[in-house]
Amino acid sequence: MAEQVTVPASHTTGSPAKARSLNVRVWRGGEAGGFHVFEVPRLESQTVLDVVTYIQRNLDPTLAYRYACRVGMCGSCAMNVNGKARWTCRTHVAEVERGDAVEIAPLSNLPVIKDLVTDMAPFFDKWARAKGQFKGASQRSDEFARVMPDSPQRMRADAAIECIGCGVCYSSCDVVSWNPDYLGPAALNRAWTLVNDARDVSNSERLKAVAGDAGCHACHTHTSCSERCPKHISPTAGIAGLKRAVAAALKGDL
Amino acid sequence: MKTRGQILLWLAQRYSAMVLAVCVVAHLITIIYAVRTGLSAEQILGRTRGNFAWLVFYATFVAAVAVHAPIGMRTILSETLRLRGAHVDIAVLLLGVVLALWGWRAVFAVFQ
Amino acid sequence: MKNDYRARSHPAYWAFVVHRVSGLMLTLFLPFHFWALGQALAGGAAVDNFLHWTQQPLVKAGELGLVVLLAAHVAGGVRLLTIEFLAWHEWQKSLLAVAAGVTLVVGVAFALNLA
Repeated sequence: MAEQVTVPASHTTGSPAKARSLNVRVWRGGEAGGFHVFEVPRLESQTVLDVVTYIQRNLDPTLAYRYACRVGMCGSCAMNVNGKARWTCRTHVAEVERGDAVEIAPLSNLPVIKDLVTDMAPFFDKWARAKGQFKGASQRSDEFARVMPDSPQRMRADAAIECIGCGVCYSSCDVVSWNPDYLGPAALNRAWTLVNDARDVSNSERLKAVAGDAGCHACHTHTSCSERCPKHISPTAGIAGLKRAVAAALKGDL
Repeated sequence: MKTRGQILLWLAQRYSAMVLAVCVVAHLITIIYAVRTGLSAEQILGRTRGNFAWLVFYATFVAAVAVHAPIGMRTILSETLRLRGAHVDIAVLLLGVVLALWGWRAVFAVFQ
Repeated sequence: MKNDYRARSHPAYWAFVVHRVSGLMLTLFLPFHFWALGQALAGGAAVDNFLHWTQQPLVKAGELGLVVLLAAHVAGGVRLLTIEFLAWHEWQKSLLAVAAGVTLVVGVAFALNLA
């Protein structure tokens, strides 16, 4: 299918020959869409989010995309850049451009709403299915829970606790692509932090929820999740831990 | 299949893998030894015939493979061909039975 | 959207591909292996005919391939078993290189005696 090319208006005026431009392929439409090509001025310290924003503000206001903080804290701007899931606000064009070309597409493994926007509902539904919510038994009147930060259990939880639910790992996981029921790295990672939370009381339900063909046992240690996580979390480690925890629980109450 | 069954399948595959790790290392050493010392097939059979230790070793090897390979195939069928469900489980179970029977026949063949 | 090769270009992914392909090929090979060994039941001519067939260069190459597949599968498998059954350690990352190295050594050891 022929790709459309859009060039910014400023390029038709007699601007200095030194101005560089970037050839950007951007996904347009839904699941059955296509790439549209834009030419964007190449600037110093430009991020991929800058590029997408430039396109929407100057070239095509109908481009749909998500962002919020633009400083690498919220995870809203996650997209596939040159085939790899990344936070676009923290991806310098200089890191990813291939001879003045960049390809931007929505995250994989999620329904495409429009252009670069995906429906995150399945991602968070699986988080809930993996029992990724804390459940305690203390009352207001009880003493504070005492959890030593250097206890092995707490250190395991802390190594995985910084997840902000951006979806990069989920997008990167091929088992999610091959097995639609697979809970995925983020949901399992969150379950792992709670399995290691000494205050949580719902572990037998949680281990049941994360086990089996749709759970931790489906992970084949591709480690794509850990490779791509912008917070340097290793869901691979957490999922391996869940496998051990489930096996141990099997002897008891599973 | 219920979750508990799926967990047991996974455990069976990993435990059979541990048995196979030992068997395969022994098998590879045997193969390389035989090839390096230029043992002929007659000479190899001479060592396995009537040898109870080899019988037990190979019978165990076959049993472990008959558990390990079908469970692996079940995953491949599910992920690559999107084939899932009871009929797939039965098919791989049959594969396991076939491997076990044919394998033990082969073990007997080199023992008798 | 689905991922393509660009999302898969890291060593642990290649290790997975090697493990899966080797496992599949070994499973397909096994029935033939068991049948061939079972020929010893018929004895005499059946065994001799089979052995004669195995002398062909293509079969010898196939044998090398199978030994490499088996070595790769068990080496990669041991790596996975340590990751899944032992607590998470930094040295587990080096296991990939170790597995590849062991596979190579086994393959070479076998190949050196084929000529």
